[in-house]
Amino acid sequence: MARTVVDDREFSRILNRIAHEILETNGGAADLVLLGIPTRGVQLAGRLAGLIEQIEGAPVRLGTLDITMYRDDLRANPVRPVGRTSLPGSIDDAVVVLVDDVLYSGRTIGAAFDALRDLGRPRAVRLAVMADRGSRELPIAADQVGRVVQAADGERVRVEVSELDGRDAITITGTGEDA
Amino acid sequence: MRHLLSCADLDESEVLSLLDLAVEMQQVQSRPVKKLPALRGRTIVNIFFEDSTRTRTSFEIAGKWLSADTINVSAKGSSVSKGESLRDTMLTLDAMGADAFVIRHSSSGAASQVAGWVRAHVINAGDGQHEHPTQALLDAYTMRQHFARVANGTSKGPGTGFAGKRIAIVGDLLHSRVVRSNVLLQRILGGDVVLVAPPTLLPTGVEDWGCEVTDDLDAVLPSADIVMMLRVQRERMAGGFFPTEREYTESFGLTPGRLAGLKPTAAICHPGPMNRGVEISPAAADAANSLVLDQVSAGVAVRMSVLYHLLAAEEGAQG
Repeated sequence: MARTVVDDREFSRILNRIAHEILETNGGAADLVLLGIPTRGVQLAGRLAGLIEQIEGAPVRLGTLDITMYRDDLRANPVRPVGRTSLPGSIDDAVVVLVDDVLYSGRTIGAAFDALRDLGRPRAVRLAVMADRGSRELPIAADQVGRVVQAADGERVRVEVSELDGRDAITITGTGEDA
Repeated sequence: MRHLLSCADLDESEVLSLLDLAVEMQQVQSRPVKKLPALRGRTIVNIFFEDSTRTRTSFEIAGKWLSADTINVSAKGSSVSKGESLRDTMLTLDAMGADAFVIRHSSSGAASQVAGWVRAHVINAGDGQHEHPTQALLDAYTMRQHFARVANGTSKGPGTGFAGKRIAIVGDLLHSRVVRSNVLLQRILGGDVVLVAPPTLLPTGVEDWGCEVTDDLDAVLPSADIVMMLRVQRERMAGGFFPTEREYTESFGLTPGRLAGLKPTAAICHPGPMNRGVEISPAAADAANSLVLDQVSAGVAVRMSVLYHLLAAEEGAQG
């Protein structure tokens, strides 16, 4: 059985907090570009952009950044489907906030840095994640963390979003179980 | 997928995943840095025993944009001109550590034969009068974008199916590897292919291809969604397949008069190189609904997608 560690109401409070934190750190929404990392980072970034727009009364630039081709384990796995990268114009001199669902080894974000380097030169890059489960393999930390989740090695931490999964939640699935 | 030898080897999900990935790959063309790291450290040898500009160049660009090392070998200036056999040439290049061969050869079946000899992945870039699978894939990609534009006003929308779409392929079907690959691919995608050619330029066994066959271009044009004109190879003119160039143009050329009879949403394709004034008039080649240059630009994206599918993962990699 999957254990729910964050339910939909808590989920929405967390997103609100992260939206406020991003605005506070950045001193407003000017120059901000939110880039969601597929798959679920895309929905999370979309929600954050909506919240930021509500708070600031002005739209924030939003896009997606697929990092599949930049993975360091591309060869070791069967062919992976590639997601969409779409940028809202140039990211030069912007403050890019990468949005991902779960931060674990840090390798996805490491690959995202390489992908960004091919796309432009942001003034700063920040990271917002819904769940941080530790066990980093690279020196990477998030600027905004939704929830720190303690999970054992074999367990799987999932962020569910209503657009794809029918509900908002953070869950932990035990060893050997299907998600 | 280990090799890409024939469209007959593909299933629907493979075709769709090749075409979908090509959409993402095409975005690379508009980036400041046209480079993805996916095939870093891979070596792709383009070996062309026949002349080619667009196929060879687009495979080379596709490989380079995916960060592979690409090397071109042409029959001229290689040991082939010293009498080395195809097998020895391929085994030599294989022994040097190539990861993939993109091969064009004048003999039908050459690519399949090579695939049986070497360790590397093999991509058929045209084998005699047999097949040219990446051309059919890029044609399908271009048509799909066009259908989406017609349906949604933008090519960015969801891919549109081929069901109910009438694709006329016109010209020298006898010597064309493009037509065979397109017919096989549309068998998977569901497009309705009509073959138009003088009886002398029909391949034997065409009645078993499951397509409508006719020599009346004017009867077909008003209902066609795509008109794909094939090159009349000038070297065939002496072969007695048709009386004169002018007579061919009158019956089978896409002339300005015929252009006016097309559906407003119809589009024109040509795999190139074009014989302007023979099978296609300049007015048709440069018309607003001509997709000829879209096909060229799609060629790079589709070939990137093919290379990614064949080479990105180590063989036998487990999820």
